[in-house]
Order: sequence, then structure tokens, then C-alpha cells
Amino acid sequence: MFRIKIDMPLLFGLLLLCTSSLFVLWSAGGESSRIIINQAIRMGVAITVMIALAQIRPDTIFRWTPLLYAAGLIMLALVMVVGDVGKGAQRWLDLGFVRFQPSEIMKLAVPMMVAWVVTRKTLPPDFKNLVLASTVLILPSAFILVQPDLGTAILILMSGALIIFLAGFSWRNMLILLGLAVILIPIAYLFVLESYQQRRIQTLIDPWADPLGSGYQIIQSMIAIGSGGAQGKGWTQGSQSQGDFIPDRHTDFIFSVFSEEMGFIGVLLLITLYVAIVARGLYIAYYTKDTFSRLLAGSLSMTFFFYVFVNIGMVAGMLPVVGVPLPLISYGGTSMVTLMAGFGILMGIHNHRSLMSR
Amino acid sequence: MAADQIELKDYLRETNLIHSRLIALVVLLGILALILVARVWYLQIYNYERFEVLSKDNRVRLVPVPPVRGQVFDRNGKVLAENIPVFTLEVLPQDVKDMDVLLDQLTQIIEVSPADVVKFKAEVRAHRSFEPQVLKVNLSEEEVARFSVNRHFFRGAKVEARLQRNYPYAGEMAHVLGYVGRINQRDKDSIDAKAYKGTDYIGKRGIEAKYEDHLLGQVGFEQVETNAHGERIRTIDRNPPVSGDDIYLNIDVELQIKAREYLGDRRGSVIAIEPATGQVLAFVSNPVYDPNKFVNGIDHRSYNALRGDLNRPLLNRTISGRYAPGSTIKGLVSMAGLENGWSENRSVTCPGYFTLKGSSHRYRCWKRAGHGKVSMIESLMYSCDVYYYQLASALGIDKLSAFFKDFGLGSKTGIDLDGEPSGLAPSREWKRDRRGASWYPGDTLNTGIGQGFMLVTPLQLGVVAATLANRGKRIEPRIVGRLEHSPNGDYEDAVSQLQGAELGQVNASAENFNTIIEAMTAVVAHPRGTAHRAAGLNAEYTMAGKTGTAQVVAIAQGAKYDASKLSDFHKDHALFISFAPVEQPKIAIAVIVENGGSGSGAAAPVARKVSDFYLLGKDANAPEPIEQEPEEQEALASEPVAMVLN
Repeated sequence: MFRIKIDMPLLFGLLLLCTSSLFVLWSAGGESSRIIINQAIRMGVAITVMIALAQIRPDTIFRWTPLLYAAGLIMLALVMVVGDVGKGAQRWLDLGFVRFQPSEIMKLAVPMMVAWVVTRKTLPPDFKNLVLASTVLILPSAFILVQPDLGTAILILMSGALIIFLAGFSWRNMLILLGLAVILIPIAYLFVLESYQQRRIQTLIDPWADPLGSGYQIIQSMIAIGSGGAQGKGWTQGSQSQGDFIPDRHTDFIFSVFSEEMGFIGVLLLITLYVAIVARGLYIAYYTKDTFSRLLAGSLSMTFFFYVFVNIGMVAGMLPVVGVPLPLISYGGTSMVTLMAGFGILMGIHNHRSLMSR
Repeated sequence: MAADQIELKDYLRETNLIHSRLIALVVLLGILALILVARVWYLQIYNYERFEVLSKDNRVRLVPVPPVRGQVFDRNGKVLAENIPVFTLEVLPQDVKDMDVLLDQLTQIIEVSPADVVKFKAEVRAHRSFEPQVLKVNLSEEEVARFSVNRHFFRGAKVEARLQRNYPYAGEMAHVLGYVGRINQRDKDSIDAKAYKGTDYIGKRGIEAKYEDHLLGQVGFEQVETNAHGERIRTIDRNPPVSGDDIYLNIDVELQIKAREYLGDRRGSVIAIEPATGQVLAFVSNPVYDPNKFVNGIDHRSYNALRGDLNRPLLNRTISGRYAPGSTIKGLVSMAGLENGWSENRSVTCPGYFTLKGSSHRYRCWKRAGHGKVSMIESLMYSCDVYYYQLASALGIDKLSAFFKDFGLGSKTGIDLDGEPSGLAPSREWKRDRRGASWYPGDTLNTGIGQGFMLVTPLQLGVVAATLANRGKRIEPRIVGRLEHSPNGDYEDAVSQLQGAELGQVNASAENFNTIIEAMTAVVAHPRGTAHRAAGLNAEYTMAGKTGTAQVVAIAQGAKYDASKLSDFHKDHALFISFAPVEQPKIAIAVIVENGGSGSGAAAPVARKVSDFYLLGKDANAPEPIEQEPEEQEALASEPVAMVLN
């Protein structure tokens, strides 16, 4: 008998997030019912995708991984050649019936493929396998970086790096890489980053240098968060948010609206909710039986928190503005479907944990 | 069995490995979450009061600090455009309870014109309420005192000392400097609004407009905290402005003033250029207007008076007036001949007129009786028209036109001022394309004496004189000589020298240049030269020149003149080009006196006096005006040119 299998704790947490999203959007979107309906429809689609994926066995996913990865890579390459330009970056692929960003597929396909590579042999991976894993990780990241979409490239890189970390990449080598990064980051800043990206970092260091230009958004966002205080100004009562001081306030900068109106208490609750969801994902990783599922579950969960960290970090003036939405709260459909699909895979892993021992 | 054990052992090892790594991730998760919480705590709890104040933006204001506009000096450092402090009455809309009541009260103690009120209200609507708007500029001391006494009644209004543009030489430099004016809607559409925060003025014309980017400077910002009454408590942050560049012109303002004085009250233009460098020493267009009146917006009556003035003071004749060059062009025609095989020794007999083959039409020389047999040098000395009919007709328009173009006629000089037309060096193609007619032999004859279609600006004529002085080296004229940058700016050097580009060499031999210059020297020096009595007497240096007289064509003449004026506007324009000293030219000059009669009578003396003043420091005007006897008039080609006369 076929029975729909869902991980209830995860579903509960996610639904709580989605509900909060609708409330914050009501306030941030200028009380527009159109925005709420659009977002609710997207949530419906995303949750459907999640439940569907939750029924699939991890070994099926394992088998399809190379194909999905190859398809994603080809589409990424296609985007470079024929992609549509939106907001100055070449990210979109138009397949006639649907227009989407191949980089979204890669958010899932890359960690899957890296896990696929490292689990072909016993862990920890040997040198040859490490090189292979790094290649399947770096190639698509580089494609996305030149689109240019720094935020997504970094997050995809993180998701694959997490797999390698979980697979037992030695602490000593990690220290070496960290040392290299300390040396290479200034060089990358000078020679790799585009001037607009450099400006974002300069803005981060001293937003007050150009308070009406590049520093404006971050200053207004920090003012919004800070003036929220412990208890917040109240739902739909944020003077910064409602006074149109914050650009992109219903998308990337929605956290400043949330924290202005809900205050520190609201922020604590929100971060706790995120932590709980991620913790549940890590729990699933811990208690599943096969290695591929473990690696994938660990990476998907932790990457989700990286989204949260990067978004809140940039909105709160701690990280450069790289255009990463607050997961499941920001307005917008593309990333939501991907995120929910990730949770679908996670649920699938949990649902089939007992079947998978080998 | 053994393999199974190894696999089992590997599996356990893997499980342990991943489990330990997952625990590390949980730790990382905790750390990252704590970082976020700490950051938000820092903003929302630790710095709550600061951001609380910031969020109430009626307490904290971002005040733009406008940069000081760069000053303009002449080549000797005399101030031509400066910034002087004036008192302005300003209102900060966000602090005003009832704007109409406030305006009503203010106008009881300070006289504010209804037009100013309308403008003020429009500005208030167009800006955010924390940006102060000017209600009235140039308050008198008395008004400032009256306001100060009653200040407590007027919340939101204040008197500020501001810098305002001032032109100490008033009209003398008006056509060069132009002026700044208040930024209007049209300006707003084309400027970067951010760069003009706190700045009310923008260069509208002349150097002020052309070098706007340099003069403006960079706006600074102050973030200030104020109390509930709008008074500043402290400055939170400051980003100082960068002053605009100071501009040093090549113009010598003393020479400029004298040159206009020598023109007297006649309409016209004097341009003086240092030939070797292209530096513009004087740039006069007469009459002038007072640019100071435009700074805060000229009133309608004064503006209409300026616009309606028959003498057209707003017209910058030197750069945009287009005139037939008349006989001043004959030197170039001669040189075109020499370059194309016409011998300098070839003589032409002038019976007083010229006829084309197969036509009985007589093209007249200005001297009805004729000059008899004239050589090339004599033809320039006497300005014999028949010689040039003959020469032009032998050369043909194609070669003539090509030579003019090589000299830069028919194209912009490239001076650093806007509004320059290219003039017109007519050609067969031009007439076909623009007039839809074919070129007639008669057109060639008219072109040969600088009449007909040909049009030049006084500036172009000045450049022609400079090019002759340079023996063919062409150089762009330059008004501005150097920029001095603010020490706070991001320039590497404190000073930028500006030089006109060299435009290459005219395609003519040095020998031919010398021949023409010799003839032009004779025009001034030889007792029978057309400019001798006007410009050549008692000379302490050598001067080469050429007179010209041009028929009135270009200056549109309205329908409303009274008849007595009409005859005056009907007279020919007088032209003269010169350079001196001939051996090593230091100054090249072009003079145009509108309706001045003859070039020798009206224009040449001006050039002589300007040269004297520049080269010898002698103010020829002061003691005894140069004696002028009635001059032979250079007549025009007999073919009439269309005139716009009623």
C-alpha cells in the first residue's frame, strides 16, 4: 500500500517559516494582497515538489545524480552563450515554456555530484578522488561566478566544500587551505572582483563614506534593525520600512523589516526556528545509514543555514551585499522551489533510512 | 567473509568519521547562530538609542556641504569670477507648522517678490522636507537685522551667509566667461543630481558652462544631530567637500578692456591670438551685457530689453557671428594661386571691371577707374578685385575651396567654448547638396573676393591670421591656459596645463608664405597700401595685414526698426586681419566692425591700437587719435547679394 511519507518535525518548522513570511510580506510589500497571493501560490508549488521528492529513495537519487549534474552543466554553458540578461547579469535560460536559472539546479546537483564522487571509494577520500571532487565542484561555480553571480557561486562552493568536509578532509589540510585563503583573498579582491563588487566591500567597511550613494541601502537597513530595539515597533509600524527608506525591502532586505517591527525578541525566535530546522536536518544525517545520504543530508542542511547567515550578515552590515535572499521569507519563487526540493530530498533520506543499509 | 569484515570495518570507520564531522557542524551551527544573534543584539540592544535617534530622521539630518566653486583669473592673475558672501533667507520645510502663515509673516518684514514665492513653493514640492530652500537672496543689512530681532517668531526660517558668484569686470568678460545661474528643470534633466546636492548654481554659458565639471568641485556631507527645535547639537560625521578647480585664462583682461574701448560704441568683434601657442589674448564681442544680473535670474523686463536691443548684446559675435570675409581672404586666394602654378610675377590689367567669356556682365572692381597693370603684391596692396576675379576664375572653385578647407575655413576652430558654427567654405558639392543648384562661374568670382556664399566667424579670421603668422602651422585656439586643483581633490598634480592641439601644417610652401606675408606687410607699410594710413604710420614694429569690406548678409534685421536706423544697419562691415611683428609674430588679430564702412577706415586702426598696447604698452587712444582721412572705399562685386531689409 502506497502511503505518503513526510517528516513531520521538518514540515512543521517549514510551514511556520512560510506563515511568518506571509505576515512579513504583508507589511514589507505595502499591504498588497497580490504579493501575498503570488507568494502563497509559490509556496504551494514548492511544498508539492518537496512532498513528491520525499517519496523518492536515496539510491534512485544516487543513480540520477551524474545525469542531473551533466544536464545542469550543459545548461550553464548554454546560458553563457544564449542566456537572457536580467538586471545586468546573464543568468536566465529560456526554454520556450519556462524561463529559469540553471544555477538553481546546480545548488542541488553540485553537492549531490560531489557526494557521488567521494562515495565511490572508502572515506576519507584519497588524493585522486579529492581532485575529482574539487573539479566537479569548481567548474560550475566558476561558470556562475562569471555570469556574474557571486552570491550563488559562493553558496554552491560552500555546499560542495561541506560534503568534502563531512567526508573526512583532514583538519591539517583545512588549516593549509585557510592559510592560502588569507593570502589569496586580497589578491582576488584586487584582480578578480568586478569594480561593483569591490565597491560593495568598501561600502561594508565604511558605509558612511557615501551615505546617499552606495552606502545608502546598508545604512538605512542598519538604522531599521537598530531602531527596532528589544520589542520592535510593531507589525506594519516600522517607520524605516514603511517610509520607503530601504530598497529591496520585500526581497533581499526583508530581514530589516522583520527586525524593525518584531525587535530582538522576534529575531531570536526566527533564528531559533532556522537553527531548529537545520538541527533536524543534521539529526537526519546522523541517523541515516548510508554514506551518500549522510553526506548529502549534512550538506543540504548546513547550506540552508549559510543562506540565512549570508543574508542576515549582509542586511546587518556584517558581510558585503551579494544578493542572497533570506530563505523562505524573502519574496520570490526560484530559490524557494530549490530550497523546498532540498528539504524533499532530506525527507526522502529520512523516510527510507531503514531500507538503505548496505 | 574477510572482505565482508573489511567492508564492515570500513563502514564503521566511515560512520564514525561522518558522525564526528556532523558534531563539528553542530558546533559550527551554534557559533554562526551566536554571531548573528550577537550582531543583531549589538544593533538592537547595545546601539538602540543611536539608531532610534537616526531613525527619527527629523532629528538627524544629512546635510550636503556644497563645494566652493573654482575662481577664474586672467593670465596675470586678475580675478574675473569670484565667490562673495551674501545673505539668503532660507526655510526648512519640515520645521514649519503652517507654510502659508510663515510666508505671510515673513513678507511683512522682508520684501519678497511674488515670483520668488512661486519659485520657492515649487522647490519645496520638488525636494524632501529636510532640504532647506531659498526664499530670497541678497538680503540687505537692514533686512538681516529685522529678521534677527524677530527670529523666534519664525520657526523653520533662518538667514544664512552663502557664497554667490560675482563678476568684477561685469560686461568686459561676459562673452568669454558666460555666467552661472540657478539650476532649472532643464539642467536637472541632464545633471547628476547627487553631485549638485546643496549647490544652487550651474554654469550656463561660456567658460562657466564649458568648464563646469572642473569649476563645480565635489559635494561633501555632514551628518548632524539636531534637537527638537531643529538646532544643531553635534556633527556625527563629516565628509568635507572638495573645492572646484581655479581656472587661469590666457586672456589679458587689460588688453581685453582696451580692445573694446578701441571699438568704441560700434558693434563688432576683436580677437587676438598668440600665434605660436594658440592662446587667446583678447576675445571681444561688442556690445556686452552684465552677467551679474543673470546669477540669480534676470527679471523679465531687463531680459526683454536685452533681447529686444537692436545691437544684440546677448549675441557672442566673435564665436557665432558669421560674416563674409571680404578682401581679407585675398591673401589665401593668392597663395592658392601660387600653389597651383600661378606665378607671382604674372600681371593682370585692371580696367575697373571683369567679364566672363561669353557674357557681357561686368564684375566691378571697387575702384571704378581701374588699377591698370597690377602684380600679385600690388593686387594685395591695393586690394584689386579684378586681379582676383582673374585668378579665381583661372584656379576654379575646386582648388580654391580645397585650399580654404586646408586652412581650416568651413570647420570649427576647436576653441574651448560652446556654440561655434563651422562657417562656410563653399564648394560645388555644397551648393548642389544644400542649395540644389549647380555652381556658376560667377560664384567662383565672388568667392575669390570673399563674397557670395562664403562665411567666417571673427574667431576663424583670427585663426587664419595666426596661421599666416605661423607660416602655415595650424593650432587650436585656447581660452583657458591652466587649471589649479584643490589640494583635497584626487588629482596627482596641483596644476594642469591646457594647450590647444596642433592641427598640422597647411599644404603650402614656405616660399609662398613669405611672398604673401611680404605683400601683407606692404599693405600696412607701403604708402599706397590700403591700411597704411590707418595702421602703418609711425610704426615701431613691422605689421602684416589685410583689409576687407563685407556686404551685410547674415545679421538678421527685424521688421521694427525705424527708418533713421535703417541706413546705419545697411552699411558694409569693416574687417581687418593682421599680425605683428612680422619677423617673430607675438600677436595675431582679427577685427570686425559691423556696418563700419571700410576695413581700412574702421577696423585697421583698432588692430593697430591693440598691437601697440600689447607690444609696446602704449595706449594709443589716450593722447591723440590717429588721424583719418577719407579712405577709398572698397566696393563690392556688382552682383547683389540677397539682403534682408524692409
